[in-house]
Amino acid sequence: MRSFSLGDFLSLLSALQWTAVLVLIALGLGAPLALLLALMRTSASRALRWTATAFLQLVQGVPLLGLLMFFYFGMPVFLGIEMPPLVAVGIAMTVYTASFLGEIWRGGIEAVKHEQWEAAACLGLSTWHQFRYVIAPQAFRMALPPTVGFLVQLIKGTSLASIVGFVELARAGQLVSAATFQPLLVYSIVAAIYFAACLPLTLWARSLEVRLNGAR
Amino acid sequence: MALVDIRNVSKSYGSTQVLKGVSLDIDEGEIVTIIGKSGSGKSTLLRCINALERIDGGEITVEGRPVRTDMPNLRDFRQRVGIVFQAFNLFPHMTVERNITLAPVLNKRIAKAEGRALALEVLERVGLADKIDAYPAQLSGGQQQRVAIARCLAMKPQLMLFDEVTSALDPELVGEVLKVMEDMARQGMTMVLVTHEMGFARNVASKIVFMHQGRVWEEGPPAELFANPRTPELQSFIASVR
Repeated sequence: MRSFSLGDFLSLLSALQWTAVLVLIALGLGAPLALLLALMRTSASRALRWTATAFLQLVQGVPLLGLLMFFYFGMPVFLGIEMPPLVAVGIAMTVYTASFLGEIWRGGIEAVKHEQWEAAACLGLSTWHQFRYVIAPQAFRMALPPTVGFLVQLIKGTSLASIVGFVELARAGQLVSAATFQPLLVYSIVAAIYFAACLPLTLWARSLEVRLNGAR
Repeated sequence: MALVDIRNVSKSYGSTQVLKGVSLDIDEGEIVTIIGKSGSGKSTLLRCINALERIDGGEITVEGRPVRTDMPNLRDFRQRVGIVFQAFNLFPHMTVERNITLAPVLNKRIAKAEGRALALEVLERVGLADKIDAYPAQLSGGQQQRVAIARCLAMKPQLMLFDEVTSALDPELVGEVLKVMEDMARQGMTMVLVTHEMGFARNVASKIVFMHQGRVWEEGPPAELFANPRTPELQSFIASVR
């Protein structure tokens, strides 16, 4: 047995990179999907609305842990597709992000007054231009604080990837803890690192909320 | 041929029939003012002319072409028939210039400098050239409504619709908007207004249309209509707004 050393601390920090990778994958792939879902949920077509709603109900009703398990353990069983942990975790986080961000952004889009669509339509703008130039900028403004808030959830949520053996910050903490037998110390440090990563975002979200509410 | 030809138009919201066979001609250069109690269908009729509402029966044509919410050239049509709303509906995140130039830039692909010149030109017509870089929230209600009119003018429409455009304004701001509309009327713009401003109806309109219970109850030149209302409904309406 060895005691907790600077080397252990550095290995925790380097595992934080993988946490960051997961967040970037989830956002990079999940955000466009979220936009698509938000548009489907607010579209005039009933079929599109229902498809998106069904997807959202399904995903939001399952814990993130369940999604991770499904893609890592379930896919090989049901579809015969063996997946490396990064891929399984990446897909699960993407799906999770898409569904929650999609709902946040739908709320933003619906919060823009209907008359704004109408005014834009009366200027002869195409539906896409109405959305792109008139609705989206206003919706984005309103949805920004909860979006940043979700980002904090997402960063902490990546810790669940440790359950399928993916080595990100939480999993690295488990490994260091097993090697040093100092779980209290190690997990406190892990928690502190999460806290340090999330705090600036939390503060930013709060300042945005104050600023945007004040400006309205 | 009339510029706008409304033939026997009917329209319901659910089980409530708001237009019950409305017919009306609007010639080029005419200033038509639609008056009537709230719920008489006047705003709905106006919105039907711009294909903002689907009609259930009858027909509306503009320049001889039928107006439908699913018409293929709806976007072109909307640029020829401008509408100004009670609540202004400016885009709050854009400057006055951008509010005005957005549609010409996207639809007609005009250049930036050209856009600014166009914005200045229409803003001068409503007396607000100095506000070109302001945001809507920095303007008074009357100024916002004049910008909304300028935004419409920038599309160079052949017909302009005004849906109770002074109703949301503080009384002292109504005059500046009406003056802009009077100027436009003098310059020959074809205009259809729904309004409660009887002074404007009396002095500027070339035709008054009194709507009651979803029908055109009476129509005619203002002097005649106000002096000799033929129906008790119009008589009591005139008495109530006097």
